Amino acid sequence: MSIVSRGFSGRRRPGDVKLPPGQYLETGFPVLSAGPTPPVKTATWQFTIKTELGQQHRWDWQQFTSLPAEQITTDIHCVTKWSKLGTHWRGVSLDTLLGGVRTNAGYVMARSYGGYTTNLPLPDLRDGKAWVAYEYEGAPLHPEHGGPARLLVPHLYFWKSAKWVTGLDLMTHDQHGFWEELGYHDYGDPWREQRYQGD
Amino acid sequence: MARAAVPGRLNWLVATLSAARDETATAKTLVLDVPGWPGHLAGQHVDVKLTAEDGYSAQRSYSIASAPDGARLELTVQRIADGEVSPYLTEVMEPGDPLELRGPIGGWFVWNPRSTAPVLLLAGGSGIVPLMAMIRAHAAAASKVPLRLVYSVRNPADAIYASELSERSVASPLTVTYLYTRTAPPGMPVGRISAAAVAAAAWPTQARPAIFICGPTGFVETAANLLVGAGHDPAAIKTERFGPTGDA
Repeated sequence: MSIVSRGFSGRRRPGDVKLPPGQYLETGFPVLSAGPTPPVKTATWQFTIKTELGQQHRWDWQQFTSLPAEQITTDIHCVTKWSKLGTHWRGVSLDTLLGGVRTNAGYVMARSYGGYTTNLPLPDLRDGKAWVAYEYEGAPLHPEHGGPARLLVPHLYFWKSAKWVTGLDLMTHDQHGFWEELGYHDYGDPWREQRYQGD
Repeated sequence: MARAAVPGRLNWLVATLSAARDETATAKTLVLDVPGWPGHLAGQHVDVKLTAEDGYSAQRSYSIASAPDGARLELTVQRIADGEVSPYLTEVMEPGDPLELRGPIGGWFVWNPRSTAPVLLLAGGSGIVPLMAMIRAHAAAASKVPLRLVYSVRNPADAIYASELSERSVASPLTVTYLYTRTAPPGMPVGRISAAAVAAAAWPTQARPAIFICGPTGFVETAANLLVGAGHDPAAIKTERFGPTGDA
């Protein structure tokens, strides 16, 4: 049970805005990255899905942006407490990218330019729940926000939506990614407030 | 990317405010007594939770300002005029009041006192707070590693820890360079972080410094890009950014 903070009333949201526990409403788009923004050129960009048997499926920028794209409108939730509602993206569904991939893997390590990694269960990337996004609010995705392309898995905390994504390694056993190794939760469901290991 | 793992469950702890001191007109340091505090590394932060009588609660993250010191913890909070949590922490809380928090959080943006590389710290505004923890940990460990701090503030009155930094720069191998973006003291230039400022203050790339940058997104992006452009290893640059609206 929480202790009451003497004299704290808080700033309530309109009744129709429901946020995950511990989150507040943000109207800007904060940037969170562990290091410098890596320069990623679409001329040399690649996206590679590597199966647990080592088979590789690779797209260059032209091939990737020629795939059928979807418009996505979604809320996003950052583990640093902000949530942003009704954001608009354009990207390629992971269902499309995984369509020709034969695998028995249960987990994925997303890998990014610059060395960032994050782990997710493979089922969380399927069935219309995840995309590789390359437009935000009608414009090319800005490098600060992960451009030219980032993973978009909005039902999990946003550190799972790896910026500057360049590949997925399919894994039969779960492994920790960058923040997960530092104590952040392996799954990261904002509605269950799974911020840190043990939550 | 080498990291120090911080395993274990993070339980909520009940801290007590033992003292508070004004740092600037809008920044205040909270001195907390936290029974059960597991210790921290310089650069880490805590999650703070406030709860209203009807159960409504709000959480925010704050950087730890103090070097590891048992159950004593200092947070420096920049008051955001229209914020939800920072006005409470800086204007309503009084010594003796309880405060729920958990941590330490973040094992990446940390400086280890056993590290031997020279250190370059770049702070924008209240981004100084986790870097101050590093400067204090450096002093507490009597580290001989040279530190250089580049501290960008709007005007001299906005500089947090100014007198302590001045004292420490005499007593320890710390060099402090201020950048004033709006108003400078007499005889000092006004200017933002720039290639020239970085060249004047940073270690040469051959020194292979450990680099920590903390501040608003624009400052961090600019500083990190300038350092990468000057030839520093991107993998040696660790960043922590505040959002553009800064509702903290």
